[in-house]
This record gives sequence, C-alpha cells and structure tokens, in this order.
Amino acid sequence: MTKFVKGNEAVVIGALYAGAEGYFGYPITPASEVAHKAAEYFPATGRVFVQGESEDAVAYMLYGAAAAGCRALTATSGPGFSLMQEAISYMSATDIPTVIVDVMRAGPGLGNVYPEQADYGQVVHGGGHGSYRCIVLAPGSVQEMCDLTMLAFEKAFEYRTPAIVLADGQLGQMMEPLRLPKEEAKPVDTAAWATQGTQETRRNLLTSIYLDAPAQEAMNLHLQEKYRKMDRAFQRAELYRCDDAEAVLLAFGSSARTARSAVDALRAQGVKAGLFRPITLSPFPIDALLPLAGKKLWTVEMSAGQFRDDATLHLAKAGKLAEIGLINRMGGMLIAVTDIVRTVKEAL
Amino acid sequence: MDNVLETKGMFPVFRRSGSETRTTHYCAGCGHGIVHKLLSEAYTELGLQDRTVIVNPIGCAVFGYYYWDVGGVSAGHGQAPSMATAISRLRDKAIVISYQGDGDLAAIGLGHTLQAAARGEHMAVFFVNNSIYGMTGGQMAPTTLIGQKTTTSPLGRNPATDGMPLHLCELVNSLRLPVYVERVSVADTARIMQARKAIRHALEIQRDRKGYTFVEILSPCPTSVGLKPLDAAKFVIEQMEKEYPLGCLRDRSAEAPARPEPKPWVRLADFFGDDGREAPRHEAAEVKERHFKFTGFGGQGILSLGLVVADAARALGLETTWLPSYGPEQRGGDAQCTVVTSTHLIGAPAVEHPELLVVMNQAACGKHLHTVRPGGLALVDATVRVDPAEIPEGVRVVQIPAIDIAAAAGVPKAANVAMLGGLIALEALGIPQHALVEALERSFAKKPALIPLNKQVLQAAIDHCRHHGLAGELP
Repeated sequence: MTKFVKGNEAVVIGALYAGAEGYFGYPITPASEVAHKAAEYFPATGRVFVQGESEDAVAYMLYGAAAAGCRALTATSGPGFSLMQEAISYMSATDIPTVIVDVMRAGPGLGNVYPEQADYGQVVHGGGHGSYRCIVLAPGSVQEMCDLTMLAFEKAFEYRTPAIVLADGQLGQMMEPLRLPKEEAKPVDTAAWATQGTQETRRNLLTSIYLDAPAQEAMNLHLQEKYRKMDRAFQRAELYRCDDAEAVLLAFGSSARTARSAVDALRAQGVKAGLFRPITLSPFPIDALLPLAGKKLWTVEMSAGQFRDDATLHLAKAGKLAEIGLINRMGGMLIAVTDIVRTVKEAL
Repeated sequence: MDNVLETKGMFPVFRRSGSETRTTHYCAGCGHGIVHKLLSEAYTELGLQDRTVIVNPIGCAVFGYYYWDVGGVSAGHGQAPSMATAISRLRDKAIVISYQGDGDLAAIGLGHTLQAAARGEHMAVFFVNNSIYGMTGGQMAPTTLIGQKTTTSPLGRNPATDGMPLHLCELVNSLRLPVYVERVSVADTARIMQARKAIRHALEIQRDRKGYTFVEILSPCPTSVGLKPLDAAKFVIEQMEKEYPLGCLRDRSAEAPARPEPKPWVRLADFFGDDGREAPRHEAAEVKERHFKFTGFGGQGILSLGLVVADAARALGLETTWLPSYGPEQRGGDAQCTVVTSTHLIGAPAVEHPELLVVMNQAACGKHLHTVRPGGLALVDATVRVDPAEIPEGVRVVQIPAIDIAAAAGVPKAANVAMLGGLIALEALGIPQHALVEALERSFAKKPALIPLNKQVLQAAIDHCRHHGLAGELP
C-alpha cells in the first residue's frame, strides 16, 4: 500500500514497523510532525508516547528505554541535538542501542527553521565527550525516511550503539508516496544485557563508570574495535551515472536530490557528470568513493564544507589526496540546480 | 569480615573495583550504607527483588550497584527521573527506583525531578539529603544550611549571594499526582526505624501500582560537613531538622487508583488499512517531468491546492513531490508550495522555474511571476493587477475571478478550488479531470458535507473559463 506522507510522518511509520515500543518527544520545528504523528499512532497501536520536558531529558528517556531492552526513538533538530549529546555519549559508552532522528535546520544559534546540513560535524563525529561515534544514516527521500529509520533500529541493536538518522527540514516537510513496509520487525531478545525487571535479568548492570584507568582504556578499545567492525561490514552509498563520469558531485540528503537534477541537466548539455550519494555517513563509505578519487569532485551541501572536509580526510587516510570543490549554501537557502551546473561547467 | 551477616537483597560480597569485600566504599558515619540496607531489606521482604530496577545516581551512591542485587542502571547528572520514567513506562511490571543525593536531585536535576513528579510517574524516589556535595568535594548544595561552610561557601552560605535552602518535599507536595511524600532521617536508631517504615511503604505503593512516591532521608556526611561521625549525626538532628522538619506530608495510597494494565498492540497493517495491494505504476519510456508552483497568502488554501494536485498525480502512479513553505511563514505571511510530477525518479523537489504558476495575491505576483519559464503559464486571480511589463517573454498569463466565484457560491474559502477549476479548463496540469476531482474529494475525507459545495465552485470556475473561451493545453 502507498500513502502520500511527509518525511516526518514516514519516520514514525518506519519506527512502528521496526517494532518501536516507545516515542519520547520534545517539539522543535522542522521536526515537530514526527512527535505529532507519534502522539497519534503510538498510543493508538498500544505503544508508549511521552512528551518530555527538554531534549536532554528525552535523550535520557531513550537511555532508560534501551537499558530496559526496549526499542524507542525521538526526533529533534540541531539545537535539540546539541542538548542530547551528553546522553548519546553515555549510551555509546554503555553499549546502548537507540535511534534519534535529526531533522536539521539552519544554525548556528537559534538560527531559523529552514533546511541546512550543518549538524554534520556534531552528528557524524560524535559531538559529545569521549572517543565515540554513532551509526549515521542519511535518507534522500520520504521512502528512505521510513526505510532508514527501520535500518537504524536494526543496526543499532546489531551493534548495540546509538544510530542517528540525519535528515533536514526539506526532507521532513516534503510529501512523497511511501510504500508501507511489508512486515513488522520481530522483537529482539535483549535479556542477555538489559534490565527488564525480571529474575532472568536481575544481575544485569548498565554503567559507563570505570574508575581504574586500565579498565577505562579497555572500554575505549572495545568501542574502537566495534567501530572498526562496523566500518568493514556496513558502508552504503549510491552511485548515479558515475561509470563514465568526468565530474562527480558528492552529496547526501536533500542536497543529493538537487545534485541528481544537476547531473541530469549537465548530461543534457553534454557534460559527463555523476553523483556519489553516501547513505551511511558513519561508517563513511570510503570503499565506494575511492575509485572516484581521480575525477573532478565537488561536494554539494548546505553547510560551510563540513562534509567536503570529511570526504577529503577519508580519501587522504586511504592514500588519495584529492582537491574537492565546494558548492554550498547556508542559512536555509536552497542550492539551485542552475548554480551547480554553472560551477561545474566553468571549471571543466 | 566473614562473620558479618548477609544482608537481605544485597550481594554476599561487594565487587568493588579490583577487590571482593564486605565493607562499603562509604566513609565512617555516612548515612548511605544505612539507607542502602533499609532499601534492600524492603524490596526483598516484599518479594520484589527480581522485579526491581534501581537507577544509580551521580555522586557518592554512584556505586550502589556494588551492593544492591537488583537490576542496575547508571544515570547521567540529574537525569535519574528521566531514565526511570522510560523504564517504568515500558516495563510495566518493573519496580523502578530512583536513588539520588541532593546535589544531583535538587540542583542539576531539579527540573527533571519536578517534571517526573508532576507526570505522576510510577517510581519510588529516595532522596538522600546530607546538605552538601559529597563525592565531588564538599561544595555547596541547594540544601546547604544558612551559614554552613562548604568548599564553595568558605565563609558560610550567605543568603544575599547564595540564596536560601530548597525544600524538596514541600515542592513535590505542591504537585497533584504524587501519592506519598515523607521526610525521615537516619541520624539515630528511633529515626532509622521510621525511615525503614517509610521506605517500605513507598515500595508497597509501587507494588500496588499506585503511583509516584518521594521519600527524603536526612543523612549525615561527616567527611564533607567536617565533623566526627557522632557530631555529624547531631548536626542532622539539631540543625538540619530545623530547616527540614521530619514527617509525612502526604499519603494518598489508600484512595489512589491503581495503574491500568497496558493495552495490547494493534497489527499495523490493520491500523493503516494496508490490504497488501501495490499502487499502479505509471509506465513511460520517456521522462516527462512537470514543475508547478502555487503561491498566495496564508489562509487562501495554497498548500491544500498543491496537495490536491500532488495527490491526484501520485494516485495515477506518477512520482510526485510536494514541498511547502513552512515555519513562521505559514502564520499570516506568504504561502507557497511546489509540486513536481514525473514518470521517473524526481531530483530536486524545489522548483526554480515552474512551467505553471498559480498566483492568488498581489505580493506573490511580484515575487514569482518573473520565475516562470518561457512557454509556461501563469494563472492569476482577477483581483491581482498584472503589469504587462513584468510578464516574462513567452509566458501566457490567464486571469480568472476565482475569489469572486467562490464568494458568489457562498464559500469564500473555496477560492483555491475555483483556481483548480481554472487549471482543469486550461488543461494545465497534464492530469485528467476525474483524477483531480477524486483527489479533491479525498481532501475533504474528514468533512464530507463540504464536498458538494466545493464541486459546485469547481464547476462554476470551469464554466466561467469555457464561457470566456479560456482553454487550451500547456504548450
């Protein structure tokens, strides 16, 4: 069945089909419809909806929910995500799976409610304290707002780590046809580690305090090993018309939609253009990007170049020094297809 | 220490970092050990040990899980009530305990404490008040007494600069949903016996699913207060109890209703009415992408008009995007949305140069008319003055009195529907009339009584266009 819905509603539908038992919400534009729909759908299907008093409280509610072995989520935007960082650090250190959706708006500061992608740094690099990072998925359509929310739950529980769905105001607010998932996810057995309030789980303990430095180091090494495992096994990217491309645009989220139109427009004008779209921002899909390193590259992004810098660094770490151009807008201004086309054509 | 009797509900040996021991990590004369013991005896004697989850706090009791043989979770600063909220909501049968000190609960966590209490969460809060930050190093807490010396009030707490002590039981007691609020002390044997009763009663209330309980326990902290153990206990009795009088402030356990059992899950396919059928897919070899923009004033139904067009397109199996203006704009300012339909995957949902622009007010005309691509069409309400000099080359402008047509039919809010009639007459959307009418009807699914009037407006607008010879497909 197909439903015509906003990206924000698709998140809620994906979460329900992923078996989410609870939604802990705090409203913020342009993510609020996620909470609105969750307030409608969660109780109506026998699940839990709680409106918390702040984003930091909500993030700790997620920690509590996951500590109890339950699937729960929230959605927020940049200022709220900043407030959640402490809890995300705690959850990472405690091997706690959860899902947070960040529907990015323009910043810094109070900013405005229009789309930007400048939470990239604080989301992808683990913006709280300590050496941790999360799984970060970047949907590019309403369908993926649903599908990647489901995937986020699957991977969060597989690796026992927080997973972030990094969307933006445009993806949250736009409507597209959504094919409903065919099946509901099966419940996950968490009795081995969660505190469920049962005899079986009575001796389970979830904490992140290690007063002895060697123990704290061992915990850090454990996290890094987990991230290496993720890096090897879970990279995803989509390549569009890249095979014979001379110019390749690198873009995620709604910028990738604009870049895709630009690729078609460039091709129509005889320029061999392609699009590299990361679906996992963490792990970074370096394996798919590496073969493109010799081509002319630009990122198309709604930030000052956070994604460009990261892509440059990942290529450098893999032994390829590449100069990546930057086509960007900030402040909630959308990137125009014509601007991308002009920039690429001028450079070739 | 093998001769020490095992305490009910506690681990037989405490796996403190690197050692196994029967001594706690608490200082001599500290009240935490007593409260720990009272708590573990209570959940064990009430038969609740397997079901109990304790949210361990920040501060001296951070290692409560060395001792309590129950499910253990560590909270961040001040956040134990948030975590306990989620555990309690999702694990209906769990007995959820939030154990916190005064720096944690009354300072950084005050907001979360009061919010959880105001929501009436099913949890037992045990608040150990020793008037000072213990583990962090003897700093001033919200509960520090007037004149009390701490590492951050070295001359004594001065109300002029440090404010006055916070009374947590009294604050919680100002809220409606807490079931039981009592302040006790562990400074001597008689007081410990009363504390024992209070802790046990709070857990009985949890067992009986009655709601939120808050027990404050005045407790000596010899190390940070800087007194010998006996003097620290005397400080609690003689000074703290003056500021924080002991007693039960509320007990509504008899009359409070028990928490209802959770409702069963509903199958999602049933909830969403998913019959398992796939939507038709529009098949076409050649990519045909159309870009529409709808503009006007908030309240004119601009977004709904775009939505009807988008819904009609997607029902035909076309790829469709609808992107609204949102945020402060929708509250009385400009309103606009863009719709893209295509036989193939759509790139950008934003439209720079529409082939069709709908304009319903003057401001939108000035803002958007120049963006229409050559060969395109602008359908403009007749109330808008269009300066011929502003019409881009190769753009056709058609004006219809949509606002007047809707007003004449007695439904001024249906001007957007009159515009849709104009689009149908002009065959401007590449979408068959029946599909648009069906989408219009779907948009009134919650107010079906309005459908006939709106269809009347739609027809009036179509008739107007035909009467004035306005027709023709988009080039």
